[in-house]
Amino acid sequence: MTPTLVIVAAVVLVPLAWSVLIAFQRVRLIGIGRTGLFENLTVANFARVFGSNTLWDTLLTTVVYTAGSTFLALVLGVSVALALRKPFFGRGFVRAAMLIPYVAPIVAVTFVWKVLLNPEFGIVNSWGRRLFGWDDPVAFLSQARGEISLFGLDIPVPTALLTVIVFEGWRYFPFVFLFVLARLQAIPGELEEAATIDGATPSQRFRHVVLPQLMPILAVLVVLRTIWTFNEFDDIFLLTGGAAGTEVVSIRVYELLTVQRNVGAAAAQSVFLAGVLVVLLAFYMWLLRRRNGGGRT
Amino acid sequence: MSAARPWTRDRVERGIFGVLRWVVIALALLASLVPFYYMLMLSVRPIEDLLMRPDSLLPDFRTLTWATYEEVLSPVTDGGQGFLSLLGNSAIVATASVLVALVVAIPGAYAVSRLEFFGRRKVSALLLMVYLFPAIVTAIPLFVLLTKLQLRGSLAGLVLVYIAQTVPVAIYMLRNYFETIPESVEEAGMVDGLTRLGVIRRISLPLAVPSIVATGIFVFMIAWNEFLFALLFLVERRDRWTVSLGLAQLSGTVEIPTTVLMAGSVVITVPIVVLFFLTERLLSEGLTSGADKG
Repeated sequence: MTPTLVIVAAVVLVPLAWSVLIAFQRVRLIGIGRTGLFENLTVANFARVFGSNTLWDTLLTTVVYTAGSTFLALVLGVSVALALRKPFFGRGFVRAAMLIPYVAPIVAVTFVWKVLLNPEFGIVNSWGRRLFGWDDPVAFLSQARGEISLFGLDIPVPTALLTVIVFEGWRYFPFVFLFVLARLQAIPGELEEAATIDGATPSQRFRHVVLPQLMPILAVLVVLRTIWTFNEFDDIFLLTGGAAGTEVVSIRVYELLTVQRNVGAAAAQSVFLAGVLVVLLAFYMWLLRRRNGGGRT
Repeated sequence: MSAARPWTRDRVERGIFGVLRWVVIALALLASLVPFYYMLMLSVRPIEDLLMRPDSLLPDFRTLTWATYEEVLSPVTDGGQGFLSLLGNSAIVATASVLVALVVAIPGAYAVSRLEFFGRRKVSALLLMVYLFPAIVTAIPLFVLLTKLQLRGSLAGLVLVYIAQTVPVAIYMLRNYFETIPESVEEAGMVDGLTRLGVIRRISLPLAVPSIVATGIFVFMIAWNEFLFALLFLVERRDRWTVSLGLAQLSGTVEIPTTVLMAGSVVITVPIVVLFFLTERLLSEGLTSGADKG
């Protein structure tokens, strides 16, 4: 018997199967210890999940949040990795310093962000008013809809959602940066030297030599960040509690479990989350395969 | 370079990217460090000073105070926030998770890297599959399971959950390292009369110490930083809160001054950042090994 398979089974397959089972049971928090494995089977939980009129809003929020955060983390991570590519004095320190947002405890960093962005005594608002002449403090984390005046136009923006997306970009760019830098340093120098001799400018070398070498790792990072952001609970829960237009699916699961104390419905909602994720990933794999004509990049 | 050269696209781009590179480095450094500087700075200021001068980047050195740290660390019975005992809880949970996870993962990783068995090639994909499923999905059955075992609300239950969450990545990291130890070294040991266990104990393990340390620290960091499961399983028992949970719970209340909670944030963050700086190279390599092969 293979030890790894046992562990994988114990850690993934059994809980997953059990979640699905609970999703089909009528279980409240209070009777949880007494409900047998196959008792009280019902489809009411799914009826409830799909009947909820906030389901699609929540899902849309989750998708926007995931796409925005993943994109931002990727762009920032790749930019910083490119900037740190050539050695310079103190690069080791800079590299380590950039990883701190990623390793620091989530509770501590969300708390600092909450204070930084606080409308009353946060430094962002007090500087914003002093330097940019903001009339009123911006409630970055509790305002669902704000307006930005640009060239005389008032553009509506989902303030809190954008703020949590920026937070995600800040927290997870180091992850992208770490992997992209490792890959960049393994690209043989001759390729770019040859391109330089052929007259390629820096941007052309990036576009035609470096980027193709990065594509495989970028594809993996997109998948990983998408999955993890899609499932993310801590960050939004700690920043906004899911209020002000930031209620993602995992927050909804938590509310069903702890506020409404409906274990079955929470499980059904979480199975729905996992299901959507599988569909999205299958679509992504299909896209990748089609673009590469069935081969590898 | 001669000044007479024309403004070719190449030269313009070199100039722009040469400058842009330093701009990016400077901005990224600021973005990474300023929030932590802000955390430290607020933690030594009295709350009145913060409310009076919210825009200051430097504390007023005449009013610098350690009272925030005293308040956050001292026990609840003395009017503090009891973070010292919460730190103790976190340390117990994280250390126990590291020890058990390593005891399980070392033989597992060794087996995956050395012994032939069915499905060995697919193991790393399987291991990483663990991390594809939402924690909130696995949380519900774990919640039911721990309730049934009457371990909900206990530190032991939380350790169990953390072990399950960290063993796969621990095996993954250790396996990468075991595979870099040449089999010929082990074979030489066998020739000299060691058994398979003797080889593991006297040759492979001593060679793997750096990566075992790195893996242990990684597990420690995950357990120390974890929030969701602590929230689900321990929220009703203040005396058993981990320090992360404590900060999250208390930051929702109005009575405790922000500067005191900032001191609490510093207290949770410092051990992790110190550990990270001590082992940064080991950790980065352990995680990204394989990425450089494309």
